[in-house]
Amino acid sequence: MRPLRDAFETFRRAPLLSALSVTTIAFSLFALGLFGLVALNIREALERLEDRVEIRAFVAEGTPPEDLAQAASDIASFPEVLSAQLVTQDEALKRAQAELGEFRDVFEGAVLPASIDLRLRPGRRDPATVKQVAARVKAYSFIDDIRYGEEWIEKLYRLRNIAGIVGLVLGFVFAAVSVIIIGTTIRMAVLARAKEISIMRLVGATDAYIRRPFLVEGFAKGVMGGLMALVLTWIAQTMINRYVIDTIFFDARAALLGLLFGALIGLAGSAFSVGRHLRSV
Amino acid sequence: MIRFTRVTKTYPRTGTAVQDVNLTVNKGEFIFLTGASGAGKTTLLKMVYMEERPTSGEVRVAGTSSVTAKARDVAKLRRKLGIVFQDFRLLENRTVEQNVSFALEVIGAPAAVIGGKVSRVLTQVGLAAKGRAFPRELSGGEQQRVAIARALVNDPFALVADEPTGNLDDRATRGIFQLLREINAAGTAIMMATHNLELIRRQEYRTIEMARGQIVFDSADPVTHPKLAH
Repeated sequence: MRPLRDAFETFRRAPLLSALSVTTIAFSLFALGLFGLVALNIREALERLEDRVEIRAFVAEGTPPEDLAQAASDIASFPEVLSAQLVTQDEALKRAQAELGEFRDVFEGAVLPASIDLRLRPGRRDPATVKQVAARVKAYSFIDDIRYGEEWIEKLYRLRNIAGIVGLVLGFVFAAVSVIIIGTTIRMAVLARAKEISIMRLVGATDAYIRRPFLVEGFAKGVMGGLMALVLTWIAQTMINRYVIDTIFFDARAALLGLLFGALIGLAGSAFSVGRHLRSV
Repeated sequence: MIRFTRVTKTYPRTGTAVQDVNLTVNKGEFIFLTGASGAGKTTLLKMVYMEERPTSGEVRVAGTSSVTAKARDVAKLRRKLGIVFQDFRLLENRTVEQNVSFALEVIGAPAAVIGGKVSRVLTQVGLAAKGRAFPRELSGGEQQRVAIARALVNDPFALVADEPTGNLDDRATRGIFQLLREINAAGTAIMMATHNLELIRRQEYRTIEMARGQIVFDSADPVTHPKLAH
């Protein structure tokens, strides 16, 4: 009870600095949260896109159909490959016309090459595996060219990593600032209560007992900062959903982890400062 | 019970405060500690409640050794000691009762026993009627009584008092001293640093005089420390 009461006492005594501590923690987690959301949504998009990842191996004209059939069944037995389908020139033309709709007249003759279309098993659709399978297919002498969405897959992966890293870096910078500001708040609280603390020591209160209210205070600020960040992130996400693009939000576990991280920042700032300043009282 | 063995305390900036002190305080003893300012009295007392540790030598207080005691041991030791200062060190925003009960609360004493202990000790120091008053509403002598009540509320085996009458007029000084005598008569050892030679001369209590960090006179040990106090 007493630690909690003392913790709120500090809010009353230094409301501005306390609000500042909570806000910086909130911004730290908000930065982490925003970039975390970007990373999360890119990952989600990647999963959906990966479903459609195909490798299309174009076949040189005049290749004997038996060779093609043999190659298709060989490729289908690669461990990474879900299916390998032979697409003849006619079929390629029909598909192109269907996809292009009103521009179907562009294709008149058999200008499109035949191909073997591969789909990879789920979980084996990352850029490295795609590249590796493509290289093996290319080894067949009658395969002219090979296409897969290498560029945009790699770009998306890179984007996701960048979003994650930027979020982490910004989050940690803000976290460091929060630790410093919380440390300053605690320092003021310790000095304001210097006499009380020295009397506590004199009558035999343990350091742990003296420290406790300051740690509770830091913890409470951390949780408050975490809640604030969660609300901010949620507002940002709602705005993005409304005006830009549909996105998904963190699940309960990730949100809880954020709160926990906030509490940890608050606790770390307090512990760091109170240890240093109690010694000087 | 309190034993100093070849204790020297040197501060990095101000030099040696206590030098090669041997001293034993027995159970229930009353000791006057005297000497000019800067003679080392306060440092000596601080080493009793382990606010300071010797640079060399050992202080043992009720089984706690200055050589091995951890912060937690020091906290535990202080629950068995009462400490009183010249400047009272009361919390201005708390009443007399709250100042005394504070000492019990912060060591985790059960709430049920606090009220009884506080009123008993306030009666003992003669402030039973002033429990609700704030320190600023009291005279200096009364404030020191509150500080003594706070020091006594844990039933210490010894009371360490650093110039407890330094801020008080003659009448209040006599009152506080009388109170300390009563406390001592009830079995609590007292180590009291004082400049008040008048007070010392009228008593037959053991007197120790310090100068330049050393004990130069001990009325209980005139062979080792024969020089007389002035």
